[in-house]
Amino acid sequence: MPADHVDWLRREGRIVIVGASLAGLRAAETLRAEGFTGELTLIGDEPYEPYDRPPLSKSVLLGMASPRHTELPHRREIDAKWRLGVPATGLDLTAKRVRLADGDEVEYDRLLIATGVRARPWPKEDEARLDGVCLLRTRDDAADLYQRLKAGPRRVFIIGAGFAGSEVASACREMGLPVTVAERAGAPLVGALGGVIGAVAADLQTENGVDLRTRVTVTGLEGDSAGRVRAVHLSDESSVEADVVVVSLGSVRNTDWLTGSGLGAGPRGIACDAGCRAFDFRGIVTDDVFVAGDVARSPHALFGYQFLSLEHWGNAVSQAQTAAHNMICHGADRRPHLWMPAFWSSMFGVNIKSVGVPPMGDQIMITQGSLAERRFVGVYGHQGRMVAAVTFDNTRWLEFYQRQIERGAPFPVEFPTVDRRPEGRQPVDADFPDPSLPTHGPMVTLSGYSPADQQLLFHPARH
Amino acid sequence: MPHASMLRQITDFANRANPYPIYEELRRTPVLHEEDGPYVISSYYDIEALLHDPRISSDAANQTAAGDDELSQSEGTGLPPSFIRLDPPEHDRLRRIANSSFGPPHRPRRIESMRGELGEIVTGLIDGLGDTRQIDLVDQFAYPFPVTVICRLLGVPREDEPRFRAWVDPIVAGLDPDTRTSAESERVAQEARLQLGLYLNGLVEQRAREPRDDMLSDLVNSRGPDGAMTTMEVLSTAVLLLIAGHETTVNLITNGMLTLLRHPEILERLRNDPGLSVRIVEELLRYEPPVQIVPQRTCITDIELRGITIPKGSRIWLMLAAGNRDPERFKDPERFDPDREDIQHLGFGSGIHSCFGAPLARLETQIALAELARRLENPRLVEDPPPYRQNAVLRGPRHLNIAFDNLR
Repeated sequence: MPADHVDWLRREGRIVIVGASLAGLRAAETLRAEGFTGELTLIGDEPYEPYDRPPLSKSVLLGMASPRHTELPHRREIDAKWRLGVPATGLDLTAKRVRLADGDEVEYDRLLIATGVRARPWPKEDEARLDGVCLLRTRDDAADLYQRLKAGPRRVFIIGAGFAGSEVASACREMGLPVTVAERAGAPLVGALGGVIGAVAADLQTENGVDLRTRVTVTGLEGDSAGRVRAVHLSDESSVEADVVVVSLGSVRNTDWLTGSGLGAGPRGIACDAGCRAFDFRGIVTDDVFVAGDVARSPHALFGYQFLSLEHWGNAVSQAQTAAHNMICHGADRRPHLWMPAFWSSMFGVNIKSVGVPPMGDQIMITQGSLAERRFVGVYGHQGRMVAAVTFDNTRWLEFYQRQIERGAPFPVEFPTVDRRPEGRQPVDADFPDPSLPTHGPMVTLSGYSPADQQLLFHPARH
Repeated sequence: MPHASMLRQITDFANRANPYPIYEELRRTPVLHEEDGPYVISSYYDIEALLHDPRISSDAANQTAAGDDELSQSEGTGLPPSFIRLDPPEHDRLRRIANSSFGPPHRPRRIESMRGELGEIVTGLIDGLGDTRQIDLVDQFAYPFPVTVICRLLGVPREDEPRFRAWVDPIVAGLDPDTRTSAESERVAQEARLQLGLYLNGLVEQRAREPRDDMLSDLVNSRGPDGAMTTMEVLSTAVLLLIAGHETTVNLITNGMLTLLRHPEILERLRNDPGLSVRIVEELLRYEPPVQIVPQRTCITDIELRGITIPKGSRIWLMLAAGNRDPERFKDPERFDPDREDIQHLGFGSGIHSCFGAPLARLETQIALAELARRLENPRLVEDPPPYRQNAVLRGPRHLNIAFDNLR
């Protein structure tokens, strides 16, 4: 890439960002902050300016925040052309054009894809259409669910005990609503944190009055004559009457619109290099297409160069900033996306926070506090290294563990700490479910393919 | 070591008015260890890391066990340590109970709801200066203000201040590393702490019978998920909150006014824009932190820092004020600049022991500085530098004489 091309691009090039959410907005701001003066277009399928999602499953459901007022604060003026309420439907890599649902086409010199994920819908379409069957991803979803919860349903049924499902269950209990949670695995949160921590989460739910059903699947949703959901049927042949059903089965990456485009895009996201440049389906890196946020999967040097897809708020911000920076600079000035995976959640009055990649861990040990007290630090190990840590109501120690992970600190953890208990001396199996079994989507997924891998095969858009 | 003992220079009273050149020199040996002394840590990132390191203990018992501290604390006859000198889980339990009557999630508005009251106290103090053109800011304002506030918050009678001050002074002196080495001053401090505890016990017993809307009542009557504090725990906590509630804020306010008088253009801006006080206080906490040193940590296992092994049981000093001016972390660190975009200072520490009273100290100082700026006409320093208090840890002027033309 000749230097003058980059200079030209910075000055008067056209940059298109598909996805008008957290990653898209922060990327746009970074482009302007770093001196991009050309034409900037943001395309979003929702009719709203970028808004924040974490409150949607927490304070919004409790009525403490309005779903209409979670717009993300703008860090600076971005002087962009907004195409909101119009999904992108196709991409022509050769002609450098994005096709829109309204038939329009937008040309770009550089493209950033930040289309994120959507909630995985209930697979039986007629049942999914029943009144009272809800998803929770968008602010419209949250507004709808809030109204339904406020109306005081007899019982709320939540399918899937991942973070989103568990947070909704927590909100329901805080509102005093009867709630049943069904989970295919043996406990809540197992996909993200494993069975040892899942058992703590299970106790937390049942002690807070959640009717938690594990190792069951939902076989059907039953409606009444008016088309409202009235009961949920389970694989153990029991059924539960409920008039709100929240489908919380993880997410689906928004890559369908890239079918046939030639990009390396599929159900696991869009593969990119550490500099956020997308791969085409042959595993060859593109020059003009960048990816950021939930829809991206990129190799992480700290975790064996595995390709990570992270549905984390902080990742969206960091990757967007890196991608934007790399889009408008010369090769030598590019930066790798090396963000340490981290997420937080709160449920039933407990703050949960994690760094690193827990599902990569085979073993876990409790280095501070105690599982029984639900205040602890758990450390995950893989092949003699510390790869992740999770805290329940112990957030302030996490920075230490992050540094340990960054330095490849040894596992098992031998050193004493200010609150090391006998129960935490020996590592135990972290008890993650077989990743090939379908369960709720874990927050972090490892795919393990490297771009040089000849086995690499993308199956575009079959969700 | 080519110089005189660095440790001695830190504690040397001659350097109290301006310790920053010493700190700059100190940062050249970011992990400093002199014979028999503590490991002195002065770079921002190292301090920050150790504040979050679970191998570092605050427990007084670990320090005694370390062997290089000859003071055997006779805990049996005194008050038990307060949560600032404890590790989890005891620390966490006591701090949670204390916090349930002070901050979120249980009392999210307690401090903010005091804003009007704080403003009235400040106005009263400034009005009460009378027909004078010169004041000692410390004795006439920066000390009485936070004392009044913490007395009201805890429920300690304000008029008892001369009584408890007689106990507070030796306790605070006992925190000074220079006097710590003296077993006598340690004994005096322990005795004073016990006496202060006994005094507070009278109030606590009374609040157990007749609760009021104050923190002593909340502490003695707390029955949350963590259970109740024992009477001794209530007293230790009350002693801590009473002392920490004013001995640090007096320095923050005084350091603040001193710094503003040395930067008249910023004082002028504050006069026209009271909202600037928020940024000013954060930058002050970086530039002139009221707690300069955390001298009470010990490592419970060998730890490695910058290739140096700090052996198990070593005492560690975290030089917050040196880290706050670390050029690796802050651009142009010797400049007082409230417009700085990034003021992630160490002024309140960090980690589980980060300053409990921070929201109160911030609000008190913001209101105090904004009002002083607004009401003192043409204020100027009578002497610069002012005379300082002995203490190297809780550092601040003993007096700050200010002349002015008029009261607005």
